[in-house]
Amino acid sequence: MAPGSAPKRVLTAAANPAPALQSAGASGATEVKPDSAKMQVSALRSGTVIDHLGPATSFKALKILGVGADATVLIGVNLDSSKLRKKDILKIEGRELTDAEMNKVALLSPQATFSLIRDFKVVRKFRPTLPDQVEGLIRCLNPACITQDPRVTGRFHVVTKAPLKLRCHFCERSLHENEIEFA
Amino acid sequence: MKKNPLLGRDVISMRDFGPAEIRAILDRCRAFEKKTKPLLGGKVLANLFFEPSTRTRLSFDAAMKRLGGATIGFADAISTSISKGESLWDTIRVAEGYCDVMVIRHPAEGSARLAAEATKLPVINGGDGSNQHPTQTLLDLYTLRQRCGRIEGLKVAFVGDLKYGRTVHSLIRSLSHFDARLWLVSPPTLRLPDDFLADLRETGTEHHIVDELAAVPADVDVLYLTRIQKERFADAIEYERVRNAWQVTPDNVARFGPKVTLMHPLPRVTEVHAALDQHPGAAWFDQAHNGVVVRQAILALCLGAA
Ligand SMILES: [Zn+2]
Repeated sequence: MAPGSAPKRVLTAAANPAPALQSAGASGATEVKPDSAKMQVSALRSGTVIDHLGPATSFKALKILGVGADATVLIGVNLDSSKLRKKDILKIEGRELTDAEMNKVALLSPQATFSLIRDFKVVRKFRPTLPDQVEGLIRCLNPACITQDPRVTGRFHVVTKAPLKLRCHFCERSLHENEIEFA
Repeated sequence: MKKNPLLGRDVISMRDFGPAEIRAILDRCRAFEKKTKPLLGGKVLANLFFEPSTRTRLSFDAAMKRLGGATIGFADAISTSISKGESLWDTIRVAEGYCDVMVIRHPAEGSARLAAEATKLPVINGGDGSNQHPTQTLLDLYTLRQRCGRIEGLKVAFVGDLKYGRTVHSLIRSLSHFDARLWLVSPPTLRLPDDFLADLRETGTEHHIVDELAAVPADVDVLYLTRIQKERFADAIEYERVRNAWQVTPDNVARFGPKVTLMHPLPRVTEVHAALDQHPGAAWFDQAHNGVVVRQAILALCLGAA
């Protein structure tokens, strides 16, 4: 029985077209001030700041974003945070992440917040929302799952958001936050 | 006429059915215990068995034929174009033109879900690896209701291999909708996996993890026995030891009295003593026979004929 209606919100692997950047408003752009006052590293000219990353997840985030060795990146690991106790911060020079990319990082670290920077000004703040379903981004770990066939695209249901727990649409196995592997 | 709980639906996973729907399906099964009109005359069931399962295939075959329908299909993947590398999706799209309803049995977990998305026809999962076998769960629930008069608030002990048994997992999950109290009796190496235990805690289902049948209270309603499979043991001696220690005999069920219901999904090897067939509670052959009744109901409901 083919489904009649599409699920409410589906995150797909197909990268969304890069959204037009919105101005931060008439009051003028705010400077990026991470929670941790100790993190007084030089400001970013243009690119993306990812704040409130889970502690020690920044390297994973760089990996899933495909940020290579040639990129200019500032990394703060295990910083004190009022919200999270400990957190990571990433500043990626010269790259504005797409919504799809930011949502992907959110699967790794649901509380992460994003600021897109141009000429030292925040032009857009983005707080990702976890979708109800995730399609194509994540690999099912079950070796017996039908999605091991490369012709079948993986799909997961978000069961709980904090802590993040997903369930494979096909084999029904659950996947916990620390087990997520990106396709 | 009551609402058809399966109209326009597939039967892929017990997760797709809430307690009210499960009750509604079981209610509809009863009418099929007696010979019925040929409700499915002119309809064709495709039995797509990508791995052998003689009992499930024969049971669906009998169910369809008792309702006046016809069946086509294959009994293993070797005889089909699957062995030539055709995708499951394509096989289903082709079969769609040959039939009105499909049963799929496939070793890959999630295969039935994928098949259901490939076709507009109703798809029934006849077992997808160690994931789901919903018609088995429904026939177990039907047998429970027949024997105990209800499926609500039963005290059930599951005995044997609780780690790998798909049948047990699915039935445990379904019973958690119906205020069951559970005793999970297994060797430490064959315990119910953590994910299922977490689900039981989440639904607030009373459950006790115990190491031996002797720890189960004598007033349980049901002992659900399972097969302990040789392939699960790396060491043949260890297998023999566990198998012998876990055989259920007339002696060790005596204290549960004559009213206890004894179930087993079959086939059995040595875990259930043959002398137990004489026990008034032995329900395994009922389960097998109810399999046809329940599958008749499911086929008729899916095709909108009941
Ligand atoms: Zn899977």
